[in-house]
Amino acid sequence: MIRIEPRGRTTKALTLGVPILSAIVALALAAIPLAFAGANIASAYGEMYKGVFGSLFAFSEMLTRATPLIFTGLAAALAFRAKLWNIGAEGQLYLGAMAAVTVGTGVFDIPGVMLIPLIILMGSAAGAAGMALPAYLKTKFGADEVVTTLLLNFVILIFLQMMLEGPLQDPMGLGWPQSAPILEQGMLPTLIDRMRLHSGLIIALIAAVVAQFMLARSVWGFRLRAVGENASAARHAGIRVKRTLLSVAIVSGALAGMAGVGEVAGLKGYLTADLSPGFGYTGIVVAMLAGLSPVGVVISAIFIASVFVGADSMSRAMGVSSYLADLVVAMSLLCVLVGGFFARYRITRVRPVQEQAS
Amino acid sequence: MMDILQILVSESFWAASLRIATPLIFGVLGALLCEKSGVLNLGIEGIFVAGAMAGWMAVWLGAGLWGGVLVAAGAGAFFGLIHAILTVPLGLSQHVSGLGVTMFATSVSYFAYRTALPNVSSPPRIEPFRALDIPILSDLPFVGPVLFQQTAMTWLAFACVGLVWYVMKRTALGVAIQAVGDNPDSVEAQGLSVYALRMGSVVAGSALMALGGAFLTMSAFDAFFFGMVNGRGWICIALVIFASWKPGKALLGALLFGAFDALQVRLQTEVGALVPGQVFLMAPYILSIIALVIAARSADYPRALLTPWFKGQR
Amino acid sequence: MTSQTVLSLKGLSKRFGSVIANDAVDLDLCQGEVLALLGENGAGKTTLMNMLFGHYLPDAGSVEVAGVDGALNALPLGHPQAALAAGIGMVHQHFTLAENLSVIDNIMLGAEPLLSLRRSGRAARQKIEAIMQQSGLNASLDTRVSLLSVGERQRVEILKALYRDARILVLDEPTAVLTPQEADALFENIGAMTNTGLSVIFISHKLREVLAFSNRIAVLRHGVKVGEMATSDADEAAIARMMVGAETAPTQRAPMSPGAPVLRLENVDVHGQSNRDRLRGVTLDVHAHEILGIAGVSGNGQSALAGLISGLVQADAGRVSVGDTTVTRAHPLDMIRAGVGRIPEDRHHDGIVGAMSMAENMIIERLDDPEVQSRGLMKHEAIVANAERLAQEYDVRGPGVEARARLLSGGNIQKLILARVFEQHPNLILANQPTRGLDMGAASEVARRLIEARTRGAGVVLISEDLDEILSLADRILVIHEGELIQADTRDRAVIGLMMAGETAPSALATGEPA
Repeated sequence: MIRIEPRGRTTKALTLGVPILSAIVALALAAIPLAFAGANIASAYGEMYKGVFGSLFAFSEMLTRATPLIFTGLAAALAFRAKLWNIGAEGQLYLGAMAAVTVGTGVFDIPGVMLIPLIILMGSAAGAAGMALPAYLKTKFGADEVVTTLLLNFVILIFLQMMLEGPLQDPMGLGWPQSAPILEQGMLPTLIDRMRLHSGLIIALIAAVVAQFMLARSVWGFRLRAVGENASAARHAGIRVKRTLLSVAIVSGALAGMAGVGEVAGLKGYLTADLSPGFGYTGIVVAMLAGLSPVGVVISAIFIASVFVGADSMSRAMGVSSYLADLVVAMSLLCVLVGGFFARYRITRVRPVQEQAS
Repeated sequence: MMDILQILVSESFWAASLRIATPLIFGVLGALLCEKSGVLNLGIEGIFVAGAMAGWMAVWLGAGLWGGVLVAAGAGAFFGLIHAILTVPLGLSQHVSGLGVTMFATSVSYFAYRTALPNVSSPPRIEPFRALDIPILSDLPFVGPVLFQQTAMTWLAFACVGLVWYVMKRTALGVAIQAVGDNPDSVEAQGLSVYALRMGSVVAGSALMALGGAFLTMSAFDAFFFGMVNGRGWICIALVIFASWKPGKALLGALLFGAFDALQVRLQTEVGALVPGQVFLMAPYILSIIALVIAARSADYPRALLTPWFKGQR
Repeated sequence: MTSQTVLSLKGLSKRFGSVIANDAVDLDLCQGEVLALLGENGAGKTTLMNMLFGHYLPDAGSVEVAGVDGALNALPLGHPQAALAAGIGMVHQHFTLAENLSVIDNIMLGAEPLLSLRRSGRAARQKIEAIMQQSGLNASLDTRVSLLSVGERQRVEILKALYRDARILVLDEPTAVLTPQEADALFENIGAMTNTGLSVIFISHKLREVLAFSNRIAVLRHGVKVGEMATSDADEAAIARMMVGAETAPTQRAPMSPGAPVLRLENVDVHGQSNRDRLRGVTLDVHAHEILGIAGVSGNGQSALAGLISGLVQADAGRVSVGDTTVTRAHPLDMIRAGVGRIPEDRHHDGIVGAMSMAENMIIERLDDPEVQSRGLMKHEAIVANAERLAQEYDVRGPGVEARARLLSGGNIQKLILARVFEQHPNLILANQPTRGLDMGAASEVARRLIEARTRGAGVVLISEDLDEILSLADRILVIHEGELIQADTRDRAVIGLMMAGETAPSALATGEPA
């Protein structure tokens, strides 16, 4: 018989070791689908490595990929810490992107220096609004936010298509469903010459550090943690639970919106309906892999981005489907879940004792 | 107004409603079974994809249509088992585990499809289920064409509603499943296994969900497309709350949803010039959210839903 | 008592983490006997019985049970199924009923083959009706359990065991939720059943009922069996010493004259879902220098009353005033600011955030306080220093003030809450079941603090199911029954017991011993 016992205290080594081990196990497990695809496993891993660390360009591409993942990872991490299940970062990302192109393409007459701050403000506000609605429906009507945010993702994506074929469509775009480009002065500056890495990364890093600090040291962070860990005790202790959840929803949505701002105003320049290859959903994996720690999100976003960029490049070189990356990401989530279990519980085998009858 | 009336009395409208409702019936029943035992299964969306892919692939490889149905159910059961292990004996977050299973099942399906068919431009087709043409009954006015335009899988879905209802209401197993979803200690104290009941319910429920996916590739369409599930799983999760975990109401909810969806498609062709088509496309999702908001307060949640249980722990 | 042994526990031991719950406990039970398992809270009584019934797997030891032929056989451990098959039935303190099912479904649960397509409803019904006839325990079989009262639920629990042909019945604190009269009736039923061959173990920490209704007594302390005797040989004082391990001084309480009212309820109604959270036309005053005891069987509106004073529940009609101010739209924060200290009933669930540190839990009720925060940032050092001081003062022992609060024992969690509450010098204190589950040491500390606060000038509302606790602490007693409060002008247990059962003609009966 097997017995599950909670460990008295989870050690630092376990909290750090589990996500790292989970990531390694998930990467190693990729050998199975690789074998099914008939690829040479060693050279496949080699190609993946080269795809990330092979050149400065490759590395900068990886960081470019990590940027939106840090934002969506933070969005999930903060919300999940409050036990607010924001699964709608994908939709909030597009809301942020739509707001960014709305103000960024010269529809309004805005002086140049003001444009970037305005884009950031409007983008994060739109994302915040996208999460405030489900949070309101949860606190007011008890409607489960998991389902509402998931369904809103579809609503927002269809709304986006409507906008891209309507008001937001580029008049010079030959009828393609895409927006007009953001004005030159509205684009986030790039960080390295002739590379796509943009200053959205800096904003993301600052956001992670600020989130970490606020969570640990501010009254807001205290309330957030208390509500997430034990809403009933928090309420009893005089914390306004609904208000706290709404504020967390707004911050979480704003961060997801920033992911969209970064992608249009930092990278693409214009908006299409395939802007995000599931950054919102992947953000959940990033957050879980980070143990819901904001600074940890940065590291796990870099790992997940490496998997994507490496698998893409391996896929081009070896003809293995790039869905491999999604597979590794999904497996890392499952691995870190199981790993988290072993960090919290000790499993001991016990033999049922049967002493001789007198 | 006249247009709507005309649509509502047309046979093709009701036939389409049933067709749209069928995968949802499977999905809602599956979700109901899992949740009645106390486990939320957000793996549903991915399990739909896996069922759609596995069933189609089996038929394409020559397994026969019913063979495909079995393979789909098996695939659903497999991914359900992963969710069951993570959430029942390990007691991990049902939300996160479910999302993980959705991601895993989806990416496995996509990767397997791409690996099996690397260089196809248009998806290969199979010969899907055909409408069951039952002599005499099919010739009945109105009812005949509506019901007997449906394939065997729609009839299977109806049969499953009856089966789930019967098991829940009339068998000791159903009573035990309801008990474990209300208070696991009640089951343990009577000498039954909480783990076995919950894991069994999740695996069986997931197999049902996968049939919903299989219907898409083997009955509604004849091929597998990326993104074809398109949130149907999540809609089922909303519908099961709307149905207050009752099989009969679940059937009703799925049918209402099917009718509404069929109506919006027809309205779209009627007034498409005036309103962008996307407004209609959004409608089913918004409708689900509204249904959820209305039902949430009064919903009779299984009391132990989302609560893990460990043996021998105090 | 020469009858044969039907059950024999040998050397049962169980550890939870670093806590030893049972250490090599031996226990025998004879045919037709009523054995009382006595001990303080946390002495390991429930753990021992949970091992017998298979909920827990012992770390060491064995159990032997007599079969139908009378021979003792080893019981496979860790499986309730095996215990049930061996004729052991257990009535848990926290009922194990599925509330969404009918009574008969709960009774039949697990007794039928799961994979059969048909159920044997008629045969089962006949058997249960026969058992009800024989035992005198009645329940309406087709009612949903969620609609039953606590007493009815307990009868269903016993019927469950008898339906499975239990020859040995374990009852875990069966009277905790009953009025004294209901408890007497229960024991009469049990006595009748032992005449037909049933053997009974009941867990209790109430000396009175143990002496009145058992044949034999076994006493546990700190997980070890410290004594065993025939009830006829037992001496109350000796057993009490055996349970606690030391003499306990009775609580000292000097009479005081009440001061100004600190809480006033006028015709307050709370419309709840069930009796548990419903109040009807409640009027009461709590004064400074006064402990007001609220006696009653649990589930009679105590939750609503406590919720009202905590700020968690809104009055649907009537007026609530704290001090001079009328509470209109209550929130816990408003109550805290009005100087109400709250000791919640469920200290783990409502009292602390287990994943946060002891220090954080000590200031969680005053996040606006400039001693705790400035400009939205927590003053970490001040918070830790505050916690160090309070931990010293209130003797909260744990692995340090920055360790997670969930690592504290139940008694220390309660001390943490006391420190948090009393440190703010509240004018009104709500103490809801403040000593439940605590050992005598911690319980007397709680009592001492409550009396101290009363002396200082606070008004205290003490809600308790333990009538003895109320009798020893309260200056004035109200009885709550089905959401209504009745003033008890007596301190007679029997009279108050009748009032707890809803009978209101106490004067004729008030002939028992005085307060």
